[in-house]
Amino acid sequence: MHGTRILDEADRLMTVCNSCRYCEGLCAVFPAMEMRRAFSDGDLNYLANLCHACGACYVDCQFSPPHEFNVNVPKTLAIARAESYAAYAWPQALSGAFARNGLVISVVAALSMAAFILGFAALNDRNVLFGVHTGPGAFYRLMPHNAMAALFSAAFLYAILALVMSVRAFWRDIGPPIGGRADGGSIFQAIRDAGELRYLHGGGVGCYNEDDKPTDRRKFFHHLTFYGFILCFAATSVATLYHYLLAREAPYPWWDLPVVLGTLGGVGLITGPIGLFTAKLRRDPALLDETRHGMDVGFIAMLFLTGLTGMLLLLLRETAAMGPLLALHLGAVFALFITMPYGKFVHGIYRFAALVRYAQERRTAA
Amino acid sequence: MSSKYDVLVIGGGNAALCAAIAARRGGASVLVLEGAPKFYRGGNTRHTRNMRCAHDAATEILTGPYTEEEFWEDLLRVTGGQTDEVLARHMIRESKDILNWIVEQGVRWQPSLGGTLSLGRTNSFFLGGGRAMLNALYLTAERLGVEVEYDAEVTDLVIEDGMFLAARLKRPVKGETEIRATSLVAAAGGFEANIEWLKQYWGEAADNFLIRGTPYNRGSILKMLLDKGVQEVGDPTQCHAVAIDARAPKFDGGIITRHDSVVFGIVVNKHAQRFYDEGEDIWPKRYAIWGRLVAAQPDQIAYIIFDSTVVTSFMPTLFPPIAGQTIAELAGKLELDPAALEKTITEFNAAVRPGTFDYTILDDCVTEGITPPKTHWARRIETPPYLAYPVRPGITFTYLGTRVTKEARMLMAGGKPSANMFAAGEIMAGNVLGKGYAAGMGMTIGSVFGRIAGREAAKHARN
Repeated sequence: MHGTRILDEADRLMTVCNSCRYCEGLCAVFPAMEMRRAFSDGDLNYLANLCHACGACYVDCQFSPPHEFNVNVPKTLAIARAESYAAYAWPQALSGAFARNGLVISVVAALSMAAFILGFAALNDRNVLFGVHTGPGAFYRLMPHNAMAALFSAAFLYAILALVMSVRAFWRDIGPPIGGRADGGSIFQAIRDAGELRYLHGGGVGCYNEDDKPTDRRKFFHHLTFYGFILCFAATSVATLYHYLLAREAPYPWWDLPVVLGTLGGVGLITGPIGLFTAKLRRDPALLDETRHGMDVGFIAMLFLTGLTGMLLLLLRETAAMGPLLALHLGAVFALFITMPYGKFVHGIYRFAALVRYAQERRTAA
Repeated sequence: MSSKYDVLVIGGGNAALCAAIAARRGGASVLVLEGAPKFYRGGNTRHTRNMRCAHDAATEILTGPYTEEEFWEDLLRVTGGQTDEVLARHMIRESKDILNWIVEQGVRWQPSLGGTLSLGRTNSFFLGGGRAMLNALYLTAERLGVEVEYDAEVTDLVIEDGMFLAARLKRPVKGETEIRATSLVAAAGGFEANIEWLKQYWGEAADNFLIRGTPYNRGSILKMLLDKGVQEVGDPTQCHAVAIDARAPKFDGGIITRHDSVVFGIVVNKHAQRFYDEGEDIWPKRYAIWGRLVAAQPDQIAYIIFDSTVVTSFMPTLFPPIAGQTIAELAGKLELDPAALEKTITEFNAAVRPGTFDYTILDDCVTEGITPPKTHWARRIETPPYLAYPVRPGITFTYLGTRVTKEARMLMAGGKPSANMFAAGEIMAGNVLGKGYAAGMGMTIGSVFGRIAGREAAKHARN
């Protein structure tokens, strides 16, 4: 017996699947399962996070409901996955954030954006707030660069710390060897597997969403979202280097690297989440952890909001709307940062760690 | 639904879908009547995992060649010669092309599964298993314009002088109707889920049989055809039967209720007596005799008994073994006579000769002086906890069927070929399989004769 009802169910399913093995070629979950005959909590959390929710094993399974064996691996692992986020959250006192995650994310986002607007309004003269600012340093007339850098660095470093502590707990649990280090080859393999979403493919035809016809739509929109996010992050990083190394202050002209990266990323962060949200609405409820709808939508909405406010800021930065838009954008980004360890963002971190572990296991087994 | 089709396919499994696709590709209008609801569509194909096809060279997923001749020799060996050579050789020849054709219909392969290395050269495994294979065939059929109706129970066939005219159909919502077609392909499986019918040959013992596959294979189409003058083929008591866990559901438990542990221990009946050489041959070759062996024991129950030293030697099982710290405790849990089980195991242990255990070969671990002997892999059962799986006969499919020609055309009782009736799959497997079985052959029979039946049915309809 395991700590939770869902882990008991996951254990039951893995026992069924391990005596069948028909789905062995679909993804990484089943080969990893076959390396075990019994499953600890850590094993099950590992398998849950290794699952990319492509849905193929559900559509292919002769024992899925209404069969009495009631085998629904994608749904069971989705619930186990979400519960693992709370189980490994750091500090544990904040693990409750996963319980009503949609609400938590909404409140934090709303408070954050409100705080920036109020802060801007309180600290700036009305003429400055609604003024037209252009040229280098325009943004910093509303919020000094050092204040911005300090605030966001602090939020970002906290997020990193919380994520590192969480994934460390996860990594220790999915050993052995306890606390074993990941080797370079396995990490490189995991980067490739994550980068191409190798296991979101239903064994080659695409993943299943609303019916029994496989498509690559979710993979496509996930790529837009993920690479959009990476490009936006790269834009910010380049701009930071510009600022400190080249003493060149934002805003930059449209053709300059931070803006080009940010624009491309922003397009991804707007279209990707819309596609993912649409796919989610259409998804067969049989495959979903419906109780976590808020967490999924909350994260999608945060990314969308970040992309949207960023793009609006770019388009309207030479108008009087710049001040309020900057406040909204900074509010969105700040909220995104501080909720990273306590929302759907962590799925990527845990899944990546699981992929590293899987690459390791494959090497050891080979 | 239009009132008349070129080709009517009754059944919804591998053979039926191959027939429907081949007929549609041959230019015919096709209706498939599947008696099961959509989820349970496909009969026993849902539970399959691979297909045995001849091939002259290794492929991406097959480790080496498997020639027509070798396939034929395997078939000859497992059936003890009880096969129709012309038909069987034709099937084997056609199976080579099926390996590619089935992929063109959307089916995907994967390398042989963990725990099935012995089949890696001969059998191609379906990625995702039999239901995935079916899903692919249904998608292709629907894309081509094949009409499919589920929950479609055929209540009667109108056949005159060996000529199919129409099928009467009872549908849950739309009521009774009659469907006419120029050709018929019967691919509706055997009768293994019809316990009353099984009882005609097995008596009350059939009540203790578990049916590994679909509860919808009640043999109603087979019975109609035989009653209306189609020639019968095969021994009605012959079937594919293995020993499966006695705790499995009555129907549809599928492959996961099987046991691979026989060779690692002993098998006793309800009187705690051994009754067959557990070490006769490498397990995959003897796997399919144990259903009949257990069926012949009192109350059709037996117990595989082994000890804790071998638990990791075979595939993990769905149901955990029943355990006891002593033989007597185990006997109590199995409701066997403790004294009798202790005596059987003591005698067995005393008969075990020293040898070098190796389950991958026919090793030299044998018993001496007991009947029946255990001729390989005999080791003492002496390390607690003592473990057991209760097993019953699990019927996979039956061999009684309709006789067909190389064109999959049914033969009438007088020997005259039917003008427009074809059969494929389990309903005619007895033409090839008089008895015995080799893994993956059911699917070969289904795909090969399904494709032939569909092609011929379309040809007839368009002439």
